[in-house]
Amino acid sequence: MATNILMPALSPTMTDGKLARWLVKVGDSVRSGDVIAEIETDKATMEVEAVDEGQVAQLLVDEGAEGVAVNAVIAVLASDGEDVGDVEATTTAAPAPTPAEDAAPAPAAKQDHGDVKATPLAKRIADQSGVSLSGVSGSGPGGKIMKADVLGASGGIAPPAVAVDKGDRVFASPLARRMAAENDLPIEKVPGTGPNGRIIKADIERVLKEGLPAEAREATKADAPKAAASTGSTDDYELIPHTSMRKTIARRLTESKQQVPHFYLTVDCEIDELLRVRKEINARAPEGIKVSVNDFVIKAIAAALRRVPDANSSWTEEGIRRFNMVDVSAAVAIPGGLITPVVRDADKKGLAAISADMQDLAKRARDGKLKPDEYSGGTISVSNLGMFGIKQFDAVINPPQGAILAVGAGEQRPVVKDGQLAIATVMSCTISCDHRVVDGALGAELLQAFKNVIEFPAAMLL
Amino acid sequence: MADAEFDLIVIGGGPGGYVAAIRAAQLGMKTALVEREHLGGICLNWGCIPTKALLRSSEVWHLMQNLGDFGMSADNIKFDIGAVVSRSRGVAKQLSGGIGHLLKKNKVTVVNGAGKLDGAGKVVVDGDKTMTAKNVIVATGARARLLPGLEADGDRVWTYREAMVPKVMPKSLLVVGSGAIGVEFASFYNDLGADVTVVEIMDRVLPVEDAEISAMARKSFEKQGMRILTEAKVAELERGKSGVKATVETKDGVETIEAEYVIMAVGIIGNTEDVGLDTTKVEVDRGHIKTNEWNETAEPGVYAIGDVTGPPWLAHKASHEGVICVEKIAGLDGLHPMDKSKIPGCTYARPQVASVGMTEAAAKDAGYEIKVGKFPFMGNGKAIALGDPEGMVKTVFDAKTGELLGAHMIGAEVTELIQGYVVAQTLETTEAELIHTIFPHPTLSEMMHESVLDAYGRAIHF
Repeated sequence: MATNILMPALSPTMTDGKLARWLVKVGDSVRSGDVIAEIETDKATMEVEAVDEGQVAQLLVDEGAEGVAVNAVIAVLASDGEDVGDVEATTTAAPAPTPAEDAAPAPAAKQDHGDVKATPLAKRIADQSGVSLSGVSGSGPGGKIMKADVLGASGGIAPPAVAVDKGDRVFASPLARRMAAENDLPIEKVPGTGPNGRIIKADIERVLKEGLPAEAREATKADAPKAAASTGSTDDYELIPHTSMRKTIARRLTESKQQVPHFYLTVDCEIDELLRVRKEINARAPEGIKVSVNDFVIKAIAAALRRVPDANSSWTEEGIRRFNMVDVSAAVAIPGGLITPVVRDADKKGLAAISADMQDLAKRARDGKLKPDEYSGGTISVSNLGMFGIKQFDAVINPPQGAILAVGAGEQRPVVKDGQLAIATVMSCTISCDHRVVDGALGAELLQAFKNVIEFPAAMLL
Repeated sequence: MADAEFDLIVIGGGPGGYVAAIRAAQLGMKTALVEREHLGGICLNWGCIPTKALLRSSEVWHLMQNLGDFGMSADNIKFDIGAVVSRSRGVAKQLSGGIGHLLKKNKVTVVNGAGKLDGAGKVVVDGDKTMTAKNVIVATGARARLLPGLEADGDRVWTYREAMVPKVMPKSLLVVGSGAIGVEFASFYNDLGADVTVVEIMDRVLPVEDAEISAMARKSFEKQGMRILTEAKVAELERGKSGVKATVETKDGVETIEAEYVIMAVGIIGNTEDVGLDTTKVEVDRGHIKTNEWNETAEPGVYAIGDVTGPPWLAHKASHEGVICVEKIAGLDGLHPMDKSKIPGCTYARPQVASVGMTEAAAKDAGYEIKVGKFPFMGNGKAIALGDPEGMVKTVFDAKTGELLGAHMIGAEVTELIQGYVVAQTLETTEAELIHTIFPHPTLSEMMHESVLDAYGRAIHF
């Protein structure tokens, strides 16, 4: 019997993706586990493995095709003895499941949960978010694992798509929508004056006459090339089409700056002692281990969060999520954008383990080989531009996290000590906080704790 | 005297004034309503409501004349004009009492008497009782417009007022003016057996309606035995003991028409006198108070709504203006001025006429590229079952945006159908939503669907 190969959901929020490359062609025999295609999601390139054995009968999606819906049939395998030419897809287009609670589980992610006691909904969410139920403690009757437990275990960081959709929903009359589309207006930027802010014809007409309000224009800049897309490149500029990563960066960071009330705190840290300790550690470390200043920063911010646990939090409409684990996302620049792989349990790991994690994650990030659960779910981010000689900068919070630490270069600066001018290696660090979860004093407390640890690295041993 | 101090005083208890007063009370304003005659105003006592009661009687009479069409017969059928009139008066009385109850329930102070402004913020009732308020709404309505030399005398030459309470059934009748009021009385008396002649100065009856609808109405009236003269003008009325001799100038020459009674229905004029407007800066232009889109007059704190502000002279327009005006005074958010292009108009003649928005000609004049849909009653099962296969539903769309610019209907019960299109317009639906709306079968409303389908070349049943 022929087997359909479906577009897999590589992350809980994925609704579609780009089929980057086929690694098989019609007539090839495949075995379970063979890599048959590469799929590009908004953050990474993923490999699709065959689950069943057979011969490739049809490839239904062209290489490079974008927006392939999750669960759409992308290829058909003929089983042994079947004529490849006779095989047809049994379903032409299975509906893409929305990642809502009631969505059908993506077949590729189906897990065997064994004897674990969990509600059906919890199991389904676990399947969709790639969480293993064996590691989840249940809060239901008799220790049964409930939906909330799974959401908590998945870091709670990837919010259920339902919530995202709600936030994105634009209330507008059909006529307003059509007029906006015809005039290439980003309707979500149009201020609505109808009932409950519904966007009506008069609003579109006003914007067509008077233009978008200033702040909306600012936010639309990221989308501006879209409007130019119809004309393509000209002598004046080259039009570079958006990659899915570029779109994701634009969307998430615009959302962050628009919705998250940022505030910034800066502190100067003297790192002479840290540099001395680092030299000592690296001199004695086993072959292959070389701890960087950034590894210390990751360790220090993790230790600081452990000391100021209220700051290890994230805003949700239902309440503030205060995390029990400390997972640090570290921004890594990669061709065409950036990605934030996560060092899990950074507070519990030693510097060598953090360093090893970072080297592995950074390498795979640059190769586009990170798995979704390796770059989502951090509880805080660190962005370090010190290597470029940047003295100090303010970073944009990576939602739904509550804070991000921007690290500048460690440089020798004159400092005053006991009334005397002296020289110290100083590194300026700025933390951007989401004021909804981290108030000024709490942010300052966190940064102070960070400073204490980074200036006296021995404290990391505590 | 605290009892005489209010947040809002409304002068006039018609459908504009009493609705405004109730809305104001709902919004927490201490409100007084001054009414000189009877609550409900012309609409309820001498207009919309009692005429609908009369027209119901004439409709029943018409059906009785045609019982054979329905497989029935009856002998010796009669009507008593006095009983028809007293039913109509009873209906008005019942509803007027209801308004008093509603005002009491909403704690509106009702003051019986003629209210007159004495400068802004001050109202004197019957010349002796003084009341003050921050805001005053003038909702004094309108009365029949009379032409010089053709004045009504209440004996042989009537206005709507006498026409509504005939003591005897006229054998012949001349109706001057073919707007909604003229046509409704013409239809009522014609159905009850009078010889009716209608004289209209414009080139068609119901001149505000779509030209095609006007033409169908005329054809139908003439088929029922009415005589209709358009582009004709009554130059003189010679009042005799047993009737009136009218000199009518037509484009074909001068004609003399004799009739027992004459109904003057040549428009209405605002009740701007004796309201004390001269003590304020309120401006009056050709019999109507001048207001801006928020019903503000030239005098701060003095507002005017309804018929006294000019056409369209419709109860529902007055009520809606009253609500918006009061909400504006209360400073509610998200208000829009009334959109005059979305005020439906209904005429309850046989056949009924109902419309909203632009006529085909008006849409063309406004520069729209349009799509027009039409569907005849003859193609509708319910219409044929009712025995009313004459009529049409016509829709006018903006070809570019799919906006429903106007809808025009003639035929049985269309006055009850039109609001479907008004809701569609207010929600700013395009043809797409209307096409995807499921209309119940078998109903007259299916014609509304088919008309939209026809505008896009997709009518199913014609």
